[in-house]
Amino acid sequence: MTLWWIGNIVLLVVVFPVVVYLLHGVLKAARSIVPSVRQIADVAAAGSKDLDAVPLLLTTQDQVRQTVAGVANYGGSLDVIIDDA
Amino acid sequence: MPAAGVVLIIAVVLIVLALVYYLVSTILALRQITDGLDEVIESVGEIVEKSAPVEPVVADINEHLDAAVAALEGLLVKKAGIEDAVGLVEGLYPGAAAAGFRDYPESREIVPPRIAEVYTKGTLTLARLGREAPIAMANPAGPVLRNVEYGSLNARLLYPEARQSRPERLDRSPVIGTDAPEQYEQREDIGQPRKRTRSA
Repeated sequence: MTLWWIGNIVLLVVVFPVVVYLLHGVLKAARSIVPSVRQIADVAAAGSKDLDAVPLLLTTQDQVRQTVAGVANYGGSLDVIIDDA
Repeated sequence: MPAAGVVLIIAVVLIVLALVYYLVSTILALRQITDGLDEVIESVGEIVEKSAPVEPVVADINEHLDAAVAALEGLLVKKAGIEDAVGLVEGLYPGAAAAGFRDYPESREIVPPRIAEVYTKGTLTLARLGREAPIAMANPAGPVLRNVEYGSLNARLLYPEARQSRPERLDRSPVIGTDAPEQYEQREDIGQPRKRTRSA
């Protein structure tokens, strides 16, 4: 009977606080992750929105091609008109 | 039931309740994390999808721009010579000659001639327009007009001879005014009230 009481005391005084302490730590860590994940999600959404302008690169590419072609034609004419050094 | 058994049951129930509370709370927090990560994965997938064509497009743009730069540099060096080309670039963009031309590594070693001091902006503009510009009358096959030591004299020699060779005595400028020795407009009505004409 005495040992039983000792076991009960150990269970209430040692085991229960330790269990509560450990579980509280796990819950605290899990809850601390939530706002970080929320911020990451917001940043990723903003980054995805920033990339909406990427299709404009196709317009830039086309304009660069046209500009380079014009420069090439102009340079070819200059090459014919102007004497070499 | 002995009192120790009751205490044991109470202790076990307390531990189980603590386990339930904390584990359920942890599960809820982990579900929030999972939902957030789902949003992250969705946004990251959009980023990957949207940025996929960037590399080939930018590479194509850079390829075309590199070709244009190489062609223009080659044309400039071919027409003006490496030294004058470097000087021209330096004149337009001070300090740019230090970088040299991309396809002409030796251009970095060239001390850029100070072309801008000889070819004035107005002269070059006239030459471009071709409107009786003296510089355009010179033989393009002849030597370049730039002369570092006597650049200003060369520029003056491009214009008519009357004043550029500095004769010792030029004709004096005419004296004008009421007490001038020669009155250029000898008319009586000068200085008088203007005659009014009757309009119909």
